[in-house]
Amino acid sequence: MVSEVISFVDAVIAYDNFPAVAGATFSVDSGEIILLQGPNGAGKTTLLRACAGLLPIARGNATVLGVDLKSDRATVRSQVGLLGHSNGLYQDLTVAENIGFWSRLVGAGNEDIAQAMRLMGLSERLSAVKVSNLSAGQRRRCALATLIVRRARLWLLDEPHAGLDAQGRDELDKTLRSARDAGATVVFASHEIDRAQALATRRLKVTSGVVSEA
Amino acid sequence: MSRPNNGRVFSAVLIKDLRIEFRSRVLMNQVLPFAGLVMIMFAFALDNDDVLQRVAGGLVWLATLFSSLIIIQRSFAVEAADQALDSLRVAGIDLAGVYFGKAIALTIKLIVLDFVLLVTAMLLYRVDLTGSGLVLLVTCVLGSTTGLGFVGTLYGGLTAGAKGRETLLPLLLLPVVAPVLIAATRATEAAFASGGAQTSEGWAWVGLLAVFAAVFGVGGSLAFGPLIDE
Repeated sequence: MVSEVISFVDAVIAYDNFPAVAGATFSVDSGEIILLQGPNGAGKTTLLRACAGLLPIARGNATVLGVDLKSDRATVRSQVGLLGHSNGLYQDLTVAENIGFWSRLVGAGNEDIAQAMRLMGLSERLSAVKVSNLSAGQRRRCALATLIVRRARLWLLDEPHAGLDAQGRDELDKTLRSARDAGATVVFASHEIDRAQALATRRLKVTSGVVSEA
Repeated sequence: MSRPNNGRVFSAVLIKDLRIEFRSRVLMNQVLPFAGLVMIMFAFALDNDDVLQRVAGGLVWLATLFSSLIIIQRSFAVEAADQALDSLRVAGIDLAGVYFGKAIALTIKLIVLDFVLLVTAMLLYRVDLTGSGLVLLVTCVLGSTTGLGFVGTLYGGLTAGAKGRETLLPLLLLPVVAPVLIAATRATEAAFASGGAQTSEGWAWVGLLAVFAAVFGVGGSLAFGPLIDE
């Protein structure tokens, strides 16, 4: 197990030659829940996408789960779970079928599906419900269950509370703490400051592409 | 976690796409009735048994192409609805496996479509089919639907995230599949013995369909990943 999950040293992430993140230096240890705080356009999403191996590191050094992002972004992609504003679910399939699809992709078994559903609080009754008939909170939990069944070790979540009602937000917080207890590391961006601060074990401030401890 | 292998990705995507069709019944409830209506409208427009028998092969494949546009768009609409394809891309899934899974699922749907269209043509346009013609026809359907499945998946993926994809897909796809239309029509005419054509004349066209499918199968699997990744 790698204790240092993310390590960025003077890392520059550029979008079309524009340095969206300029010289970020920070690290994240295993089991932490990190809140990325900052205004719109500060570079939070860019940072999350770079950690997921979707954006190249223009300068500096960056490793995620012990893999150098400058040389092997493909390996990182298969070990992290990135969830943006959408859930990436198939609306015509049931909860169990959506999770089962990811389970089949990665060669996980029925026990893994059952465990993911249990951890996300998705009951037996919900498993047979089509995703299009779920509430926003239930869809979010279903999407998070796909991250568990994929055995994602690092969860990167962009505005995970968006679109959820109060109960859904409570459920999500509980879910993220459960994931952390199960061994995952969580980095998330949120504008729900009070709620997010209560959830996070540490905060990072992102301002105009610069990352610092909050 | 190791990266999912191609075989697992292929089977998972194939099963998922067929399951979505089974649940939503878009092929059964929308595409097949549309294709049947097109065949009936052709019959009204031409209104002559001799002409219909002569051009039945072409009408079947024109109806296939028009209907396939709906199936291809649907195949990628389910991926775009909640950015599921983006999730696959982000997760480092090998997109060649996704390409083959979606292409074969599309091919299976097209085979069902063509079966219905060919039966409709035989009933509506009164074309005959001999034993050797049936073998040629089955081979032609397999070759042409596989080619359409590959090229449809490639262009469906290419236009999935584009603005105006509903009109962009036909504009890009139809010129590319012109060889399939020509070859499948000639092979089907030979199978139906339309205009005195011999069954043996159709096999060369089936060969062309096989080459088309092979080229787009290989080329598509190489191009699909980078195209989706952009």
